[in-house]
Amino acid sequence: MTADKKLPGRLIAFEGLDGSGISTQIHLVQRWLAGLGCRVFYSEWDSSEMVKEATRRGKKQQLFTPTTFSLVYATDFADRYERQILPMLKGGFIVLCDRYVFTSFARDAVRGCDPAWLRELYGFAHIPDLTFYLDLPLHMAINRIFENRQQLNYFEAGMDLGLSQDIYESFRLFQGRVADRYLQMVNEFAFTVVDATRNIHEQQEILRASIAAAIDPADFRERASQ
Amino acid sequence: MTAKRCYFSPPPGVDLSRLTGTLIVIEGPDASGRSTHIVQLTKWLEEEGYAVVHVGLRRSMLVSPELDRAKKGNVVSPRTMSLFYAADFYDQMENVLVPALQAGAVALADRYIFTLMARDLVRGAEPHWVESLYSRALVPDAVFFLKVSRETQAVRSLKARGGLDYWESGMDLRLSRDWFDCFVKYQTRLAQVFAGFQEKHGFEVVNANRSLKAIQSDLRAHLRRVLAGLKA
Repeated sequence: MTADKKLPGRLIAFEGLDGSGISTQIHLVQRWLAGLGCRVFYSEWDSSEMVKEATRRGKKQQLFTPTTFSLVYATDFADRYERQILPMLKGGFIVLCDRYVFTSFARDAVRGCDPAWLRELYGFAHIPDLTFYLDLPLHMAINRIFENRQQLNYFEAGMDLGLSQDIYESFRLFQGRVADRYLQMVNEFAFTVVDATRNIHEQQEILRASIAAAIDPADFRERASQ
Repeated sequence: MTAKRCYFSPPPGVDLSRLTGTLIVIEGPDASGRSTHIVQLTKWLEEEGYAVVHVGLRRSMLVSPELDRAKKGNVVSPRTMSLFYAADFYDQMENVLVPALQAGAVALADRYIFTLMARDLVRGAEPHWVESLYSRALVPDAVFFLKVSRETQAVRSLKARGGLDYWESGMDLRLSRDWFDCFVKYQTRLAQVFAGFQEKHGFEVVNANRSLKAIQSDLRAHLRRVLAGLKA
């Protein structure tokens, strides 16, 4: 990934297992920064309008192979990156990403894609200024998903890997492997690991302190209106 | 039969040792006669007793609706487009081409990664990125490149389509305000990229300025050698 040019904006990525509480935390960070008057933009994994249909089709009809799965998600990312994330960074915004390329590095590698190929595929993306990894033990992440959620879908549960015939068991095994991949990236990409077993408020305090230590929110404030 | 390989390594789940068929790629610019020759080659190969399977661009179930929409002017960035095409390519490769080669068929590809890479390169994609993107593709047993002069090509394109196609003219690149001019400039750039591929990827160049019959008989002669396991 590229780290060459310093852009006027700042990029902050949040990663973690499903159920680790990313969306709650990122929402609170966004509220905080907006409250300080900062230019802030939020982007979520797998949310590009252009690509949504293809993702849905691939999942529903189980058309995906590990390679095409990876490429369709890369397409979604590229669309959001070039249309929104990069322009926002150039325009001096703080960009908060609910998952970033590391999600693909973890999941697609578990599916058998070559980690070096994945890093080249996303070679156009900037390395975030800060990447938080919300670290929650596997059994807790899984319990949260099982408690709060409806049905697991085929790919989400990693059923395509053939780890188990049972969708819940498959999900557990798959998430375990994804967690291993994330932990291997902690040093490679200088993740800031946050203990996600703490309560929501404590985690948020830690996140805000880390962000304030790296970024002066005053630099990203909108001009006061006259 | 020579063993199959990929440019770098195969995608997960593809077992190269099981691929016993033959992959023949027909490349050539717009209106160079690729599809006509593929129809005739198919007829001939089937008469000779070979099972034939067709692959091409923009045919996958997975993303072709998106590609169609993007072509109609739903504007996406060049990189998004590259990745859509790559997804389309691998979808076909893994779900159509690989099973066909496992079954021992002759797969005729109406264009392949070379067209996709050339389009990306003339639109400013980093060569390293593009090569890596397609590094999991199967290396064809032969690539026939139908080479036509720019004049012949322009005339054929105009006749075939009753005008010029927006994308085949590279109008998105704004090389000229004049459509014909843009077509010539764009096709010239593509031809330059293809010239670089020729040696690197061992293209068998076929002079396609000649009659259909002459070209077809050349293609068959080359193909016969490939199928006999000789170097084309």
